[in-house]
Amino acid sequence: MSEEGRVTREGHPKRGRRRAGLSERGVERVLTVVALSAIGVLGLITVFIFIGGLPAIAKTGLWAFVSGHKWAPGRGVFGIFPMIMGSLWVTIGALAIGVPLSLACAIFLAEVAPPKTARVIKPAIELLAGIPSVIYGFMGLVILVPLIRTHLGGPGFSVLASSVVLGIMILPTVISISYDAMKAVPEAYRDGSLALGATKWQTIVMVLLPAARSGILAAIILGMGRAIGETMAVIMVAGNATMVPGSLLDPVRTLTSNIALEMGYAAGTHRAALFGTGVILFVIIMLLSILASFTTTARGKAKVNPKP
Amino acid sequence: MGKGGLTWRWFCAGLALVALTGLVVGCRRAPAAGASITLAGSTSVQPFAELLAEDYMSKGGKQSVNVQGGGSSAGIQAAETGAAQIGMSSRELKPDEKAVLYQFPIAHDAIAIIVNPTNHLDGLTSAQVRGIFSGVIRNWKDLGGPDKAITVISREEGSGTRGSFDEMIMKDAEVSPAALVQDSNGSVRETVAGDPYAIGYLSLGLVDPRVRAVKLDGVEATLATARSKEYPVVRPFLFLTKAEPTGTAKDFIDYVLSPEGQKILLREGLVPVDPNVGQ
Repeated sequence: MSEEGRVTREGHPKRGRRRAGLSERGVERVLTVVALSAIGVLGLITVFIFIGGLPAIAKTGLWAFVSGHKWAPGRGVFGIFPMIMGSLWVTIGALAIGVPLSLACAIFLAEVAPPKTARVIKPAIELLAGIPSVIYGFMGLVILVPLIRTHLGGPGFSVLASSVVLGIMILPTVISISYDAMKAVPEAYRDGSLALGATKWQTIVMVLLPAARSGILAAIILGMGRAIGETMAVIMVAGNATMVPGSLLDPVRTLTSNIALEMGYAAGTHRAALFGTGVILFVIIMLLSILASFTTTARGKAKVNPKP
Repeated sequence: MGKGGLTWRWFCAGLALVALTGLVVGCRRAPAAGASITLAGSTSVQPFAELLAEDYMSKGGKQSVNVQGGGSSAGIQAAETGAAQIGMSSRELKPDEKAVLYQFPIAHDAIAIIVNPTNHLDGLTSAQVRGIFSGVIRNWKDLGGPDKAITVISREEGSGTRGSFDEMIMKDAEVSPAALVQDSNGSVRETVAGDPYAIGYLSLGLVDPRVRAVKLDGVEATLATARSKEYPVVRPFLFLTKAEPTGTAKDFIDYVLSPEGQKILLREGLVPVDPNVGQ
């Protein structure tokens, strides 16, 4: 164990050092270039979005752009507050539906299910991630929207419909990451808890979940990122009205739908305003990622030195 | 291990080769105009343009005609920048656009106001439609129907259908922000077909039995009333070019305006611009 660790830390496996020739360094350079090009692409995208979006934000004024209630590109009025609220509502809704389901499922897989059952269920859940989002949207449109319209009222295209569809879409992400976090909790924690006389359920709630907290948080934040970024499925079931939704049954438009709906038509300031929508979305998602890495590292450190 | 290094080198060389090939192929420009032309723009015109292009090419034209969507505004822009030889628009040009483009109306199209077939509403006035879409009239009971909220379905900003609807029906009023927005004629039709209390608007040529077009200002929405301009909401379908068309572009426009092309448009539910076709 320690022998292996040392070799890895030095960065060169033994056999590589012995033959440290041209080919070795060549490969390293190629890999570096490839890795950097990925970052380069990210940088280019960032620059491009900001160059495209800043003129509109500057013209409208950042505050007016972000807090304006009216979106009427035909009249040169660009306020994306309804879309920001829309993304927020839909994401919260998706989390409210998806997270409890995901956690229950992850706990079941990690702690309760016999290994054989888990071996079948886990791949099945991961398969959910492979279904194209347009299929989720179409199912929502054909089944969920009429169901909501007939039983709950309103047009059916709603915050609720979008939340349910997104809640299902984030399941695989949240389940697999929180499952991994629970599996990573040392066996000794469980043994200790059970030895002290705690029941299985007490062990899960009081020992396992707190110990896996950082991983679960990361899972939730990644799920949130997926929900906020999803476009196609949401366009199909959200109704896309440019209004701050007053209830769960009201139609809603998210930041991503706003871009996708109008980009084909937009020119001039309208186009820039869509890029501006992208800038705001970009900033929100960046904040989320930073938050995610912050919570995981901060909690991770705390776990190394658990309180007595 | 030396062998391993060699394999690695080949692997990397192969990777680089693939990347380079991709770059070269990707960056090669499309063949010069003349041999083939591209039409881009309005998604309302697109299906008709595709039919025309297919027929034109089957008539032994060596040139190929590509038809792309994108929307009226994109089509106007494509014609201005020369990205497409012919732009397509389903709304009238604005004055600044008129100044720099040649326009060829190829047909006229009525915009029908549609409701669910279970809705017994006979007709509406333009003012009522304006009231519904601006959010002043919100309940069917105000129009003599059941006590149910109206589900208003509009199109996205920039759509040619939306542009014409705004211009001819809404005038100075604005479409309510509470209106649902669907991003194509097809989705509007689907939504209205599925919701008994919905109202929407779409191209007359695309009305099918799952939805019902209501009378507008007492006039039935049909090809005949659209042609005679009795029906109040008729818009042009335009082909746009940056300069006087030449070569394949001219040939194709001539074909579309010929009785042959006009008959195809008539058959598909549009009003031909040639007064002799279909009378």
